[in-house]
Amino acid sequence: MKESTGKMTGARALIECLYREGVDTIFGYPGGVLLPIYDALYDSDIRHVLVRHEQAAAHAAEGYARATGKTGVCIATSGPGATNLVTGIANAYMDSIPMVAFTGQVPSSLIGNDAFQEANITGITMPITKHNYLVQDAKELPRIIKEAFHIASTGRPGPVLVDLPKDITTEEIEFYYPDKVELRGYNPTYRGNIQQIKKAAAEISKSENPVIYAGGGVISSNAAGELKELAEKIQAPVTTTLTGMGGFPGDHSLFIGMPGMHGSKYANYAIQESDLILAVGVRFDDRVTGKLKSFATNAKIIHIDIDPAEISKNIKVDIPIVGDAKWILANLLKYAEKSQSEEWLKKIEYWKKAYPLHYIEPATGDGIKPQYIIEQIKEACEDAIIVTEVGQHQMWAAQYFRYKEPRTFISSGGLGTMGYGFPASIGAKLGKPDKVVFDISGDGSFQMNSQELATVVQENVPVIIAIFNNGYLGMVRQWQELFFDRRYSSTCIQDSVDFVKLAEAYGALGLRATKRDEVRPAIEEAIASGRPTVIDFVVECEENVSPMVPAGAAINEILDLERKE
Amino acid sequence: MRHTLSVLVENKHGVLTRVAGMFSRRGYNIDSLTVGVTEDPTISRMTIVVRGDDEVLEQVTKQLNKLIDVIRVTDLKSEETVERELALFKVSSDVSNRSEIMQIADIFRARIIDVAPRSMIIEVTGDESKIDAIEQLLRPFGIREMVRTGKVALRRGAKGVSS
Repeated sequence: MKESTGKMTGARALIECLYREGVDTIFGYPGGVLLPIYDALYDSDIRHVLVRHEQAAAHAAEGYARATGKTGVCIATSGPGATNLVTGIANAYMDSIPMVAFTGQVPSSLIGNDAFQEANITGITMPITKHNYLVQDAKELPRIIKEAFHIASTGRPGPVLVDLPKDITTEEIEFYYPDKVELRGYNPTYRGNIQQIKKAAAEISKSENPVIYAGGGVISSNAAGELKELAEKIQAPVTTTLTGMGGFPGDHSLFIGMPGMHGSKYANYAIQESDLILAVGVRFDDRVTGKLKSFATNAKIIHIDIDPAEISKNIKVDIPIVGDAKWILANLLKYAEKSQSEEWLKKIEYWKKAYPLHYIEPATGDGIKPQYIIEQIKEACEDAIIVTEVGQHQMWAAQYFRYKEPRTFISSGGLGTMGYGFPASIGAKLGKPDKVVFDISGDGSFQMNSQELATVVQENVPVIIAIFNNGYLGMVRQWQELFFDRRYSSTCIQDSVDFVKLAEAYGALGLRATKRDEVRPAIEEAIASGRPTVIDFVVECEENVSPMVPAGAAINEILDLERKE
Repeated sequence: MRHTLSVLVENKHGVLTRVAGMFSRRGYNIDSLTVGVTEDPTISRMTIVVRGDDEVLEQVTKQLNKLIDVIRVTDLKSEETVERELALFKVSSDVSNRSEIMQIADIFRARIIDVAPRSMIIEVTGDESKIDAIEQLLRPFGIREMVRTGKVALRRGAKGVSS
């Protein structure tokens, strides 16, 4: 325990704790019970970004965390402010992103009385937080905040919520900030078992058809360097999940794209014919595995993960190695030797050539294919950070950009949250101000949090929102086309809004491209402007995401859906 | 298959909700759950009887361990464990059958803890099958109310689950 730094209010103590945790930016929205905290923030050096809806505060904090690797912080008032955070917290939980959410709460004496703007937010968020706290004694505030940041950022990362009754924030306390966290029920394992690592190495050297299947755990443990070294050493192809994009260079000859429902055919074929899967920081999600019983039936499975509960949760694992991916990969490198993959790599090269990701350009006319926009953004600004919403545009962004670095692709994976991308891009841009940040969006998703245009203009956060405007809730429309006889029930949103005027109404730059040759100039103009920009790309309206594994099918039963003119 | 889990948790508000909530949202069934403080007043012990095969048990154990307030989870094997449950039965009785009920209680080493003109309360401790058995025998007299605590269990011998 350090020396006291004197008496202060709980609100002031909260700010002091944030300083100690190295927090420089928080995202939030004030309210009645937060008045003492916002008063303390007024004098602080912490940048508070005022969003226009609390959901955006949570997503922005997450975008900040994903871009920087630091813990994201958001704050909202009691009752509706707190419940508006819920989607963002659930999103961070599903994708294991470190985040601390502070919520105001009615004064302790009123808790449980159905007071004005009271909601039991610790109860509500119990299933979607790694842990949460209701502060009951102001003296405990520094310890709880220390623990919250520790829990959020260590082990398998995740969101932690701290609920702050108003009286706690006004009470005077003697401030001590603990040096250490003592949690007897929480001791994540970082070092993998060496015997297991040796066993894995032995299997790798025997293997003829190895595949590395890498996910978000590679990003969160900063293990991309080790992963690349290992893949090259053992000569195994690498597939990365949506949340693992950038964990392995997209232009590497061993890269085989994304697995699963909208993955590449060759990634899916490789998994299905493999004799060994080295799974790193993944959770065998149903969008990846397809029909579980038919998934990689001939493969031995080595699973590296920091969360023991992920081992054999969906797929029976032969060699589990629990611990930090970076540590384990570094040690596996010491023992692993080249696999017997010469023939296998030739086969994979053949698949890559025979079944490439592709789309068909319009034979006539100058319509815009959505995949073309992704390729043009990549050509214009290869080292941009790409954030996405959820839907077809998200899949095209995952398929066609070929991310080279970790933390350059930010997307809602597990929860699939429309409206995530724009606020997350605000966080990403504030965390990485030197990077060009695009929010790849759909006309549906964008309207779920378009109010944040006010935030980016007021706070001068020059993100570029690229709306793939097809006049449909495209992914649902695609499923209706394929499985519901083209009965487009409630998915047509054509001509519902003029996005250029909307941008201008908020004081942002609004651009529109309706023809193929207008795409690149619009992208260049947006980048050069240095202003928050909305580009309305009017794209082919019934383009499908291809290839596709139908729900419930095995992942090698993958269909081509490209639309011909 | 039924398993008895001994779960040491922080003795704090909300911990029972966290544990019960985890069971319900992941679709595991609890047969019984008891909770009380241990020899260390900062720690409570939950004894949870859960139904499922080995894979379910493995997931339950891992998911319990993920909760920050859970300190230790032990699967108690019945052969190395003593298990007890307590039950109270309020049985209709009058002067005509009182002694018959007392004889049954005697056989089960149960105790009569309340006698009234038209009822008696019987306290019995034992494993589940013993309590089921006395319930069968008391039923013909008319069980007005009964309450069972659910199982508590400790490992036999000097070694505990926390050591």
